[in-house]
Amino acid sequence: EGGMGTVKQSDDFTLTGSLPSARAHRRFCELLPQEHRSVEESLQARVSLEQILSLPELKANPFKERICKVFSTSPSRDSLSFEDFLDLLSVFSDTATPDIKSHYAFRIFDFDDDGTLNREDLSQLVNCLTGESEDTRLSASEMKQLIDNILEESDIDRDGTINLSEFQHVISRSPDFASFTV
Amino acid sequence: MSQSPAFVLNVLETPEDPEGQEPSPYDESEVHDSFHQLIQEQSRWVAEEGLELQQRQPETGALGASGSDHETMLGPEGAPVYSMATLRILASMPSRTIGRSRGAIISQYYSRTVKLRRRAGRPQLRDMGRSARPSLRLYDLELDSAVLEEEEKRGLLVKELQGLTAAQRDHMLRGMPLSLAEKRGLREESRPPRGKHRAQWHRGLLSCCDQLRDSCVLASHNLGLALLSGLQALMPWHYALKRIGGRFGSSVLSYFLFLKTLLAFNTLLLPPLLAFIVGVQAAFPPAPTGPVPAFTGLELLTGGGYFTHSVMYYGYYSNATLNQPCASPLDGSQCTPEAGSLPYSMPLAYLFTLGAAFFITCITLVYSMSRSFGESYRVGSTSGVHAITVFCSWDYKVTQRWATRLQHDNIRTQLKELLAEWQSRQHRRSACGQLRRVAVLGLVWLLCLGTTLGCTLAVYTFSELMIKSPVSAEREAVLLLLPLVVCLLNLGGPYLFRILAALERHDSPVLEVYVAICRNLILKMVTLGILCYHWLGRRVGTLKDQCWENFVGQELYRLMVMDFIFTLLDTLLGELVWRLFSEKQLKRKGKPEFDIAGNVLELIYGQTLTWLGVLFSPLLPAMQIIKLLLLFYIKKASLMANCQAPRRPWKASHMSTVFISLLCFPSFLGAAVFLCYAVWQVKPSSTCGPFRTLDTMYEAGKVWVRRLEKAGPRVSWLPWIHRYLVEDTFPIYLVSALLLAVIYLNIQVVKGQRKVICLLKEQISNEGEDKIFLINKLQRVYERKERSRAGRTEEAVTPPALLTDGWDAQ
Repeated sequence: EGGMGTVKQSDDFTLTGSLPSARAHRRFCELLPQEHRSVEESLQARVSLEQILSLPELKANPFKERICKVFSTSPSRDSLSFEDFLDLLSVFSDTATPDIKSHYAFRIFDFDDDGTLNREDLSQLVNCLTGESEDTRLSASEMKQLIDNILEESDIDRDGTINLSEFQHVISRSPDFASFTV
Repeated sequence: MSQSPAFVLNVLETPEDPEGQEPSPYDESEVHDSFHQLIQEQSRWVAEEGLELQQRQPETGALGASGSDHETMLGPEGAPVYSMATLRILASMPSRTIGRSRGAIISQYYSRTVKLRRRAGRPQLRDMGRSARPSLRLYDLELDSAVLEEEEKRGLLVKELQGLTAAQRDHMLRGMPLSLAEKRGLREESRPPRGKHRAQWHRGLLSCCDQLRDSCVLASHNLGLALLSGLQALMPWHYALKRIGGRFGSSVLSYFLFLKTLLAFNTLLLPPLLAFIVGVQAAFPPAPTGPVPAFTGLELLTGGGYFTHSVMYYGYYSNATLNQPCASPLDGSQCTPEAGSLPYSMPLAYLFTLGAAFFITCITLVYSMSRSFGESYRVGSTSGVHAITVFCSWDYKVTQRWATRLQHDNIRTQLKELLAEWQSRQHRRSACGQLRRVAVLGLVWLLCLGTTLGCTLAVYTFSELMIKSPVSAEREAVLLLLPLVVCLLNLGGPYLFRILAALERHDSPVLEVYVAICRNLILKMVTLGILCYHWLGRRVGTLKDQCWENFVGQELYRLMVMDFIFTLLDTLLGELVWRLFSEKQLKRKGKPEFDIAGNVLELIYGQTLTWLGVLFSPLLPAMQIIKLLLLFYIKKASLMANCQAPRRPWKASHMSTVFISLLCFPSFLGAAVFLCYAVWQVKPSSTCGPFRTLDTMYEAGKVWVRRLEKAGPRVSWLPWIHRYLVEDTFPIYLVSALLLAVIYLNIQVVKGQRKVICLLKEQISNEGEDKIFLINKLQRVYERKERSRAGRTEEAVTPPALLTDGWDAQ
């Protein structure tokens, strides 16, 4: 099966929904330099992080670096292949199951990659949400109170961190998690 | 960082260190180990080294007494501080590696696939050990026998996948959080091997059928995807909605999606009416009863004049059977039916088409309401607002930089409000404050209800005035006064409510929105109720010899047109002029907010008018469709130019559910009640319309059923149904009782689920305490190892002291 056949096959078990793999492939090719845009090369090529971050959907997203790091499969985690790109679109599409979305959301929010969300992860998360500049952050006491409340509400086994199961339990109670789509 | 450097190493500040000693669960080649095995290892080491009886070092403050097993060592910030080895164990704990380790994911989905094949539901609680954590049960870990290697697990998973059909397999693969290459590999391996059954012809035929079916399914799936993407590219509003969502977020988008839903409902309603009522009557026009007035421009506003004797209104429709092959024979000769002609009874068609259209609308509404409710309601969803806000409130659809900045502001405001609300709940208000709050609340509600009553009285007196002064044909413009008054009140009322609401101060902003919606809705529905009474109660009496149905149809037409004009005015004044005013005069940068609730209520009101008027003016849904199309473009243009996204936190999915429930309950139900009353109880006028000779409109159906009874035994089931199910009241009681029973059962199920959730939470927190206990024990074991090693390298001769803590006793 040729290159485009492989690309089309991915439609069966990725969930790009409104953006089938052929169109995703076209968008990926736009990020490559002109001479490498053939089908065979594009399936093997890798795109650097800066170029992915220039996509309009990701440009203004405060989690863009984390998103790229999570989906990158290269050893130094600084480039994305076409399959990584498809994975990214698949998780963020309308048709991805909440299970998959919450799984990847957990990985994106886990800033230190240790498998749980501890206090530092949560505080970095809140800072991403409120804006990076000094005057937009919450005060230290507010941050502490907020993180205490979050842990109180979601840390069921009282170990001071939120693991994947607890995270998924919190997410499952909120139907608004559908906003985790682009 | 640590206060006792002799025992504890510092935690690495930069965890992102692949060469560091601490293995991150990101290293996917690490299969997660069982805790049990590690503890056995450690105990073995301790046993090998012998029980070293050492003198206890003088404790420093941070450590505390080591006698208690439940104490953790606390660093300066209150977080537990562990040694390197303990951290390594912590990092490979199942709860931390499940998100990252491929082996764990494969194992989890293997057990899910097994369940799918065996069609087993939740595992029996009896069979599980009491101490097994729910999360561990899912992973099918066997703590006693050897832990499966990743390859074996993968092999098991592949075998299970082979047992599923292709569609189920793809569905399973789609749900797995693995990378694309992994999924492809799994699919390749789990494809049923070809050529295996070639020896057996029978099984070969079956596998051939399977393959054919699979390839058909795949082909249709691909075709479906292609069609879907083509359809979405064709839909004119797809990109417009995406742009709106990108600039203003999901909450404003929910208004436009609701508009699309209403358009769909009207498009569902219109074709049966066009096909069976309007089209047929237009093909067989009745003889004109009098001179047709000339077309002046005023008809577009009043709906009267030239439009009175057209398909638009009820009065045009004939009460006879159309396309009758022959008239009653005068000389007794036989009628020769013409070939290909079908007699078409207009009254029956009118009644049944309307009934069927309403029934379909009702079913569709209830279905979409229940689906929306199911998506947005969760058991226990009201708790945990802080966590849910932080994890779920970022809207990833927003793509523009300034919109992102706005989101940052909104989320920050929301978090601060949540914290303030929490703080105020911690400090209970004094009794005096509570009383004052309740008094203010009661006063504001009283004022709002008083305003509503005032508006109602105004509409009532004005309508009585209109009855008392009959309008001649030349001064039809006077008829526009009543709709004008109604629309003015509907426009002014919400602004007044907003001013009054500034007096009361609710704790939660969401409650404010709900209260505002409630008050506006009461005003609109009560006004409509008074108008319905005016039409069916008073106008029927005063227009005895004329066509009162035509009049009611025209009134509704006028109301719809006025409503549209006032919506335009509101958009113009409320948004455009306000923005210019605030920029030029007040020199404020902020644009006016898009009032989602008010606009949605306007849409619901317009749809109620359509449903009320469909009986008297079958072309009203067409008008509503045109109105909605125009409204979409006007609102979109005004939004892009003049407005900003609302600052209040909006749970978009909750609000969609609320909107569609409001559409169903006061709006559709009210229209259905009005229609039922008009059909069952009101005498139709005797000079016009399809029911002019009958006592009630419903009689047409009854007459037809009686005729069927006489026609013969072959269709006797229909009259039987009519007599025993429709006219008899017993089946209705039975159905209501069944419905109540179902509702009660569902409530009990939800209560039971809440109880189970509480119990499970307790169990999990007990497990958590167990875990901390075990970690501390491990920590102590490592400490002793370090101490013993340190002691041996120093070659210090320390007299063995008796162990004073209870380690031996464990």
